[in-house]
Amino acid sequence: MANRSSKLGRLYIIIVFLLLYIPIVYLILYSFSKGTTMTNFNGFTLTHYGELFADKRMLAIFLDTILIALLSSTFSTIIGTMGALAVNNTKRRHQRETLLSLNNILLVSPDVIIGASFLIFFTALKVPLGFWSVLLSHIAFEIPIVLLMVLPRLDEMSPSLINAANDLGATTGQTLSRIVLPVIQPGIIAGFFMAITYSLDDFAVTFFVTGNGFSTLSVEIYSRARQGISLEINALAGIMFIFSLILVVVYYFIENHNASKLKKQDKLEVTGK
Amino acid sequence: MRRSFKTMFYTPYMLWLVLFVISPVALIVYYSFFNIHHQFTFSNYQEFFSSGTYLTMTANSVLYAFLITLFSILISYPMALVISKLKHRDLWILLVILPTWINLLLKAYAFIGLLSHDGLVNNIFQFFGLPVQHMLFTDASFILVAAYIQIPFMILPIYNSMTDISESYIKASRDLGATNWQTLTKIIIPLTMPGIKSGIQIVFIPSLSLFMLSRLIGGNKVITLGTAVEEHFLTTMNWGMGSTIGVVLIISMVIVMLLTTTKRNRRRS
Repeated sequence: MANRSSKLGRLYIIIVFLLLYIPIVYLILYSFSKGTTMTNFNGFTLTHYGELFADKRMLAIFLDTILIALLSSTFSTIIGTMGALAVNNTKRRHQRETLLSLNNILLVSPDVIIGASFLIFFTALKVPLGFWSVLLSHIAFEIPIVLLMVLPRLDEMSPSLINAANDLGATTGQTLSRIVLPVIQPGIIAGFFMAITYSLDDFAVTFFVTGNGFSTLSVEIYSRARQGISLEINALAGIMFIFSLILVVVYYFIENHNASKLKKQDKLEVTGK
Repeated sequence: MRRSFKTMFYTPYMLWLVLFVISPVALIVYYSFFNIHHQFTFSNYQEFFSSGTYLTMTANSVLYAFLITLFSILISYPMALVISKLKHRDLWILLVILPTWINLLLKAYAFIGLLSHDGLVNNIFQFFGLPVQHMLFTDASFILVAAYIQIPFMILPIYNSMTDISESYIKASRDLGATNWQTLTKIIIPLTMPGIKSGIQIVFIPSLSLFMLSRLIGGNKVITLGTAVEEHFLTTMNWGMGSTIGVVLIISMVIVMLLTTTKRNRRRS
């Protein structure tokens, strides 16, 4: 009985996994098709990739997207980490809760609300729409996720470490750079990666604040997809898929590396005792 | 000295809170009281709550989001249950996460091909002798694609709450003679309620505002609150009305949050 139900369960997850992956495989498969539509596969070709690489506009947009992702995640990691320190430093419980719920507003708000309110905000401050407005919005919506990735590490950190540093005469700056930052480093790296993926994945907020002239990949895909099928987008999908695979692998490598480091430390502590 | 160091340190984050969290929300509420000629008025709200178009749109939008959430739960719950019992469950859950790293627009674009007149889905229908369906630009296809996109986000919190259940509870229920079905309905489902609730939070709220999907997949037939906000802000430039709809969206978000947040005190006792 149990055996049969587990077989049924396996069949079920195989079906769901197929459904999850068919659209992605389909998308990438047609990037290699001769022809112009996603309906009949006409034999293997790389021309769509050729077209993509020859497309100057697409290349510029690709570089802009990467630039925005790297810059915004760097700044948001710095500010988010500071925010985590601020939340960690609160003395009263309700202060901490208030800060955390304010922090989470941007995480739970629908994208259109963030986009629309940022558009009003930038227009009110007369910030020109384009590179800067997109960069500022990306930094803004990445900060809360960085904070959430860093904060657990700070909570785990034993306060005696800081007390010891203070007793031994370390300045605040020294305590921070020698003790706190190394301890929370895995959280910071995870936050940085999450920020990059948030930036690369965002469409709605960018769409609102981008104005004319500046574009990111998501916005470009949207405007091209509204005009219909073009297998150049499929080629782009193929490249972005490989790109995100690399990001996933790097991210999990770092995570596992940290985890095994932690385990080693635990072992050392145990044997040390 | 130490104090000034600290303030210098916390200023950027506090500045962010004020500039990008509090003031945008305040601005959207403020703008909702202005009409297209920048005069202070309540007419946006009057129009919203008296016009049939806006009210049906809101009802439709909530209905769509409800159906999207319901279908994702129905598919995700068994999925999370089976994966949590597998040997290499970390690897399997990684396979669930992977599609979320692919740009949402690309996934939507894939469905334009899949659901088109000569696309794969219609080919399969023909193979089984079914007539060719016109699927693109219908509300059903919108719900299907939205559910497809949201399923991983529903599986993850449910899966996490399942792996938190101590094995001894399940063993105890077996020892006391519960059938598999009883173990599921009396032990596993109640214990994974927090996971289901956070899944609903993650899926329902964005589903109210998926304007890019309703544009690309639903054609112009599916109009949700999100589509209306986008239309008012970027096409008709009636920011006042757009903000009013935005405020309605924020209020519905708060309601969903209140309904699905488990009170910590209750859980503790």
